[in-house]
Amino acid sequence: MNQATQDKPGGHKTSFASTQRTDMWWVEPLLTGLGFLCFVVYTTWAMWQANHYWHGSYLSPLYSPVLFVDPTAPGAVPLEHAWFGSWPQWWPKFLPASPAMFILMGPLAFRSTCYYYRKFYYRSYFLTPPACAVTALPQADYKGETKLFLFQNLHRYTLYIAVGYIILLAYDAFISYFHHGKPGIGVGSLVLTINVILLSCYTFGCHAWRHLVGGKADCFSCPAGKEHLGHKAWSKVSMLNHNHQFWAWVSMIWVGFTDFYVRMVSMGVWTDFNTWGF
Amino acid sequence: MAKRMFRVWRGDADGGRFEEYTIDVDQGMVVLDCIHRIQALHATDLACRWNCKAGKCGSCSMEINGKPRLSCMTRMNTFAEDEVITVQPIKTFPLIKDLVTDVSWNYEQNKRIAPFKPGKKNKDGNHVMYQRDVERVQEFRKCIECYLCQNVCHVLRDHDKKDKFVGPRFMIRLASLEMHPLDTEDRIPKIKEEYGTGMCNITKCCTQVCPEHIQITDNGIIPLKERVVSRYYDPILALWRKIFSKKDPS
Amino acid sequence: MNISEIQTIEHDVLVVGAGGAGIRAAIECAQQGLNTGMLSKSLLGKAHTVMAEGGMAAALGNVDKRDNWKIHFRDTMRGGKFLSQWRMAELHAQQAPDRVRELEEWGAVFDRTPEGLISQRNFGGHRYPRLAHVGDRTGLEMIRTLQDFCVHQGIHCHMECTALDLLLNDGEVCGLVAYWRETGRFVIFRAKAVVFATGGGGKAWKITSNSWEYSGDGFGMAYRAGAELIDMEFTQFHPTGMVWPPSVRGVLVTEGVRGDGGVLLNNKGERFMFKYIPERFASETADSEEEANRWLDGDKDARRPPELLTRDVVAKAIKKEVEEGRGSPHGGAFLDIASRRPAEFIKKKLPSMYHQFKELAEVDITKEPMEVGPTLHYFMGGIRVDHDTQASTVPGLFACGECAGGMHGANRLGGNSLSDLLVFGKLAGAGAANYIKGKSLKAVDEKQATAIIRSATDILNREEGPNPFLVHEDLQAVMQTNVGIVRTGEELQKGITELQRLKDDAAKVKAHATSQYNPGWNEAIDLSNLIVTAEAVARSALLREESRGGHTRVDFEGEREEGLTYNVVVKRNAKGDMDARREKRPEPPKALADIAYANLEDLEAQNG
Repeated sequence: MNQATQDKPGGHKTSFASTQRTDMWWVEPLLTGLGFLCFVVYTTWAMWQANHYWHGSYLSPLYSPVLFVDPTAPGAVPLEHAWFGSWPQWWPKFLPASPAMFILMGPLAFRSTCYYYRKFYYRSYFLTPPACAVTALPQADYKGETKLFLFQNLHRYTLYIAVGYIILLAYDAFISYFHHGKPGIGVGSLVLTINVILLSCYTFGCHAWRHLVGGKADCFSCPAGKEHLGHKAWSKVSMLNHNHQFWAWVSMIWVGFTDFYVRMVSMGVWTDFNTWGF
Repeated sequence: MAKRMFRVWRGDADGGRFEEYTIDVDQGMVVLDCIHRIQALHATDLACRWNCKAGKCGSCSMEINGKPRLSCMTRMNTFAEDEVITVQPIKTFPLIKDLVTDVSWNYEQNKRIAPFKPGKKNKDGNHVMYQRDVERVQEFRKCIECYLCQNVCHVLRDHDKKDKFVGPRFMIRLASLEMHPLDTEDRIPKIKEEYGTGMCNITKCCTQVCPEHIQITDNGIIPLKERVVSRYYDPILALWRKIFSKKDPS
Repeated sequence: MNISEIQTIEHDVLVVGAGGAGIRAAIECAQQGLNTGMLSKSLLGKAHTVMAEGGMAAALGNVDKRDNWKIHFRDTMRGGKFLSQWRMAELHAQQAPDRVRELEEWGAVFDRTPEGLISQRNFGGHRYPRLAHVGDRTGLEMIRTLQDFCVHQGIHCHMECTALDLLLNDGEVCGLVAYWRETGRFVIFRAKAVVFATGGGGKAWKITSNSWEYSGDGFGMAYRAGAELIDMEFTQFHPTGMVWPPSVRGVLVTEGVRGDGGVLLNNKGERFMFKYIPERFASETADSEEEANRWLDGDKDARRPPELLTRDVVAKAIKKEVEEGRGSPHGGAFLDIASRRPAEFIKKKLPSMYHQFKELAEVDITKEPMEVGPTLHYFMGGIRVDHDTQASTVPGLFACGECAGGMHGANRLGGNSLSDLLVFGKLAGAGAANYIKGKSLKAVDEKQATAIIRSATDILNREEGPNPFLVHEDLQAVMQTNVGIVRTGEELQKGITELQRLKDDAAKVKAHATSQYNPGWNEAIDLSNLIVTAEAVARSALLREESRGGHTRVDFEGEREEGLTYNVVVKRNAKGDMDARREKRPEPPKALADIAYANLEDLEAQNG
């Protein structure tokens, strides 16, 4: 009737992934791990395509800003949209002439140092721990973020870059309402606009941002007793921050979807409903 | 009334085993009530800590079906009807007996933290603080010291880095002091070097198990990490301090 | 047994109990440079102080400027039905504001007024908003502040250590014997003075808000050492404890619910408290719902709603409604705040009540009413002490907090407990520090120590005997039935007879297994103190032939003039039996009597 003595007094096992939990604790790390992997696979593939990222006045967010362009590729932006003109000659042949090459690093740096993403990938990929009260992958000398992961402390600098992207993408969304100078609206304009909004909700709910705009103060109304502007900002950011995980996922999925949408209409698979009638 | 089966860890530091008990469970009972019933009817020497029975004192922390919980706040009707309920002591601290562990390490950590050091009072003998200024630290002060966060934190639980990290409970204590509008003490150097903000990899299990629903990670540890960044890792701020004789811009 | 093999620890002052009063007393001693020890029956910071919800009464005058100590004193005397010790009520009202400010200086973070001062809330029996608070977890704030402060004061805190009995040398306290819960080993503490801050003994009743710790240890040990207990008949039944589910019956529902607008209803939806306003409070209590609602909206001319009458009045009213068939489904009354305040307000002001009901009873208090009924909550009576030094009648023994008697008279006002802990905790610490000046540690009587230890180990060693848990249940049933919220001489007599039987049972109980962290053994040890407590209450109650505050006799209804002339005092006689006697109260100091009987306007005018 009684069971044999366990690894540790108290009946706790100490081997990797052992637990007395009876629920399906592995579902969450598995799904989030796979979900993010899907996004990485898709964006890498999309980046490699080097085509169909432009339609009418819609620019895929994965390709913005366009620094150089090979205007001969199908679905590429016209030459005048590229900041520095046509594709450089020195570009190695084995890499595609994809404008996305130059820019994906920015958002990637922001997201990979994001406090939410850190939670999920330390769990899903590094298994420290895979889930709560489930034994972590054994490490000879666990160092946390004090050694190898010390770079995480520069998250606020990646935030500055991400804010730059928000401005660029807001501009892209704005020009999506004009086709050859003619104002109008299409489903694509809406997709691009929602993209900026979701990314803003994610970016401006950032923990580092929350600290910088007001959280760093110990007192929100000293010495005069009047509410500091920083407190107002901090309160607003805190509201977004409370759902940082939610915004992280929807904004990421929507970025992928926006690229996919532009790609589909550019390839002529889908038809963009709009007021311009193209 | 229904019969329910419990597997309760019985033993001490030298070893032990899961013992099975079947008892009648009435409507509205929580796991702690069941432990008491086992105590009264089957095992008067079954050791367990408890006090208030209302989730306010944080004494009755256990692991119930593998999840760190307050047993007084775990209702029996949250389990499936035929589910066997496994009750264990918390893992992270040395076992004394049955469901009781030696949590004295936590009390030692509290002593290491520099105490509250208020600024001067007003002439009328009062300190003035506004509600908006105290709300942030009031959240941290809800802590009932159940140590479930300390128990679930893998840095302490699996990697046993008790010499490098004071754990989520004391990160919250530090946050409540550092963000206190009246406090004048500077604990940031020790927060980085001794208390170990860097050891936390923000996997948030502490927040998940907190019975007081304190946002330990988002509102406590991460803001402390950011304060450490401002002091030690931000190159622009470092330059600023060099130029403007050590004063942070704010 | 060789006594020299038993661990011995020496202190100048030993404080027994680590709740609000105990820690405050220890801090006082430590700050005076004394070697101070503190015994805690459970872990530090878990004492019953954490359960205090509403707040800490002190006439700071932050919310209503008309408040001052004299009005607080007057409220306390009236709430205590004029049976409080005058000097204690005076000291308390005068010193409470300083203790609150001191707590803030040590790191407590109270809710604030719009001006940035410590906010104060309304509470039963207090004329003005007077309770400094933190939502509904003021006790937690207080004990954590004291705890965090005391760990830096050099106090030796002995956790999970239970005191067994005092050691006396030539009639003076010279230490005590205790045991470590963890190992079951015994330890002798030698000290020049001992301060008791052991709390009450609510565990003698079935429906109580108290936890296992509250077994009247202080009463029992002091009584056996020859100290006098006073006012033991006055037990406070808090009107609002949870009544359902059964396992949480008795768990407290803060008076703050009523202070913030909650109303009591019977099953007909009637706000019944209007029917139960005692004459003495009629002029200060609203007599219509309309006026009560105006008061809630902040109209300073409106009188207070009857739900905020003193606890004894409200508890008896609920009991009466239930008895006459107007109770809620599980035998209580409905406490409704959902229809009175918006959900957000409730969650903000009463967060732990919201969670408590949500998680324990699956009731959403922002949508539905709560079911509540009286629960044994507090002992007004206790160890008889000197008013300024808190010295008991045994030299070297001091007492403060709930285990000391006299401050609250026949009934304690809500919020006066937390301030009592700090005011008298400090005074007891100072009293003990003063007492030991020039004294040295006295020798321990080995025979006495051996006897104490033997009676504890006998429980484990005897072959067989009753189950301590079941004896305890038996005791709880006896007290609930015979010494409950309303009493008769006949029932009290019956209770006393039953207690004699229980004494015999308790002397024979058997605990199984070893002494190491053994709840059965711990429970068995507590039984003797519980029975002393129970007997003291029953005998005192039998002697007081009137109804006053927390003591209600069906056979002697109403307050009697004569009742004001004495206090009931309990002491062990030469034969070892319990004697209860009436002791004449001295005339009150004229200055204080003038304040207590003054009308409000005159007192308000004296502000500043």
